[in-house]
Amino acid sequence: MKRFSGFSGFSFSRWLGIMLKEFIQLKRDRLTFGMIVGIPIIQLLLFGFAINSDPKQLPTAVVMADPGPFARAYVAAMQNSDYFRIVGSVDERQADDLLDRSEVQFVVTFAPGFHRDLVRGKSPVLLVEADATDPMATSGAIAVLNHLGAEVFAPDLPGLERPTAAPLELRVHRRYNPEGLTAYHIVPGLLGVILTLTLVLMTGLAMTRERERGTFENLLATPATPVEVMTGKIVPYILIGLIQVTLILAAARWIFDVPMHGSLLLLYAVVLLFICANLLLGITFSSIARNQLQAMQMTFFFFLPSMLLSGFMFPFRGMPQWAQMVGNALPLTHFLVLVRGIMLKGNGIEQLWDHSWPIMLFIAAVLAIGLKTFRKTLD
Amino acid sequence: MKIEKGGAPLVIDVAGINKHFGDKHVVKDLSLQVRRGEIFGFLGPNGSGKTTSIRMLCGLLTPDSGSGSCLGLDVLTQSSQIKRQVGYMTQKFSLWDDLTIGENLDFVARMFGMKKRRVVVDRALDELGLTGRRDQLAGTLSGGWKQRLALASCLLHEPQLLLLDEPTAGVDPKARRDFWEEIHRLSAAGITVLVSTHYMDEAERCHRLAYIAYGTLMASGTAAEVVAGQRLQTWEIAGADLQGLGQALRALPGADLVASFGATLHVCGRDGAALEASLTDFLSDRPLTMSRVAPSLEDAFIDLMQGSQDQFKE
Ligand SMILES: Nc1ncnc2c1ncn2[C@@H]1O[C@H](COP(=O)(O)OP(=O)(O)O)[C@@H](O)[C@H]1O
Ligand SMILES: [Mg+2]
Repeated sequence: MKRFSGFSGFSFSRWLGIMLKEFIQLKRDRLTFGMIVGIPIIQLLLFGFAINSDPKQLPTAVVMADPGPFARAYVAAMQNSDYFRIVGSVDERQADDLLDRSEVQFVVTFAPGFHRDLVRGKSPVLLVEADATDPMATSGAIAVLNHLGAEVFAPDLPGLERPTAAPLELRVHRRYNPEGLTAYHIVPGLLGVILTLTLVLMTGLAMTRERERGTFENLLATPATPVEVMTGKIVPYILIGLIQVTLILAAARWIFDVPMHGSLLLLYAVVLLFICANLLLGITFSSIARNQLQAMQMTFFFFLPSMLLSGFMFPFRGMPQWAQMVGNALPLTHFLVLVRGIMLKGNGIEQLWDHSWPIMLFIAAVLAIGLKTFRKTLD
Repeated sequence: MKIEKGGAPLVIDVAGINKHFGDKHVVKDLSLQVRRGEIFGFLGPNGSGKTTSIRMLCGLLTPDSGSGSCLGLDVLTQSSQIKRQVGYMTQKFSLWDDLTIGENLDFVARMFGMKKRRVVVDRALDELGLTGRRDQLAGTLSGGWKQRLALASCLLHEPQLLLLDEPTAGVDPKARRDFWEEIHRLSAAGITVLVSTHYMDEAERCHRLAYIAYGTLMASGTAAEVVAGQRLQTWEIAGADLQGLGQALRALPGADLVASFGATLHVCGRDGAALEASLTDFLSDRPLTMSRVAPSLEDAFIDLMQGSQDQFKE
């Protein structure tokens, strides 16, 4: 079997030739061009409104400035409600950091004097900070908190004075998305979904199209190497991806009023990483598939879990364990956290690493598979 | 390069090549010798394995077994070097329909790492007579022009060996004649040409040929050698109303094959004496004439095809 072996004999001029050819062919292909603009628009329209869901066991950190039996009872009740999973007790600075990194969904702060005020019936403030980048994920849990105070600190609880009003005042801060707008969540997500669909699909067809038309035989009869062909064919689509991203970001900014707290440059860097992952996957599908139909099927086989299990459709933390494991293997899952982190939380490089390396790992794995399966013959 | 006794060096020299697709044995123990500068015809009915054999010669398919060399390079391990010196014209037009004529040539020139690309492409266009249409999409060309463009594109890198897979299928007679003149010009310039075809008249234009059926090489050599190899004796039957006679003639003792040949019939057999006796007897009460002629290449091919059918149709 003649399979790919090493980067030996790479010719820049040949690579350039393959890339230029792909550009020219793309330019003449009206349908594909329509897809580049059409898919983002259709998806923006379709998913502009959200699908609801009610996730439980959301990771929650507690800032316990005033420990006491009542605070502990309250925390226990939170845990019993099944909506919260207490991950630990931290200080305020750590709590902020955990929210920024998306490691917890909630931070519950018991302020100094909580115990004293509660005992005296003075309705102490209970501060709940929620990561509202995905407002669907938090709404159920917050609704539960609203009842919890009255249940835990029932009027007949020994040791409590008769409160005049509610036993405590719940103050909820929806961090990153104060108004709980679903567009904040959906639009950055669409960025990833659209890139996944169009790029995997278009590159998926790139090589199978040559095979079906019989032109692949001509390409194979030349000295062009697999690396030249694969990477040369990818480049035009990187540009297409960047155009799509710019389109969606413009829509996010001027139609959906999604804020942009982080660095645009950083966002594009992350986008580029994600584009590479998708293109390599597409071109690998392309070299495995026998025809365009198969390439299309592979694309959808990959696209569906990406859409359903990445946290785009349903809150990631609301998914069962196995689904989260599958989701974690998909680049879209990490890309969503990265994009929301940059746009809504203003994350910088230091907060992004946790979700960048899985995408890099994905790229390396796919590249290895792609080069291994690239057929240098017609066998 | 190995030199066959008394001949030119061998450009293609393979032996025992086999290829399976699934459990279909498509090429069986193929051995082929092609000398430098000759036009070698590769004949056989559709599906007999011509394309598959050619693809194995230039490294597009990997043989399951066998060995050999092409341009002095190992066909199994050195296909990337072979590709640089071989011009392969596929059976089906395989340039890019959505690239223009000029872009197609330019792309191919790039793939072969041509130095003076523009000059090479301009010259090719000029020789083709397509300079004025260089911006026309290749997909819009007629069959004959596509064929010429394909030939020009596989000549760009000045290959030593041309592998042409049914280059004249679906091309009009004038274009076919021009094409063959071009092939002879190339051959005169020292380029070796292996061309597959199933046109009989084209077979006669080749210096040497091989006949393959059901993946098995049935005969090879010059046209005269192939004809002689069948050891046929042929009688030509002339006269009016020959149409209905085929069946009866085929049933005669000693008749191996009956083929119409223009306005006459050729009756061939290996046992000449028996055939002559039964023919004489058969024609005694009919207003027909018979005369002994030299068997044609076509007779030989029909005989070969019949032989292979008998052999493989269990
Ligand atoms: N890629 C392939 N996969 C499976 N069968 C094939 C393939 N290519 C050719 N064949 C089969 O091999 C046989 C020989 O085909 P081919 O070499 O194209 O014959 P020819 O060129 O003489 O018409 C045919 O029966 C054909 O169906
Ligand atoms: Mg063929």
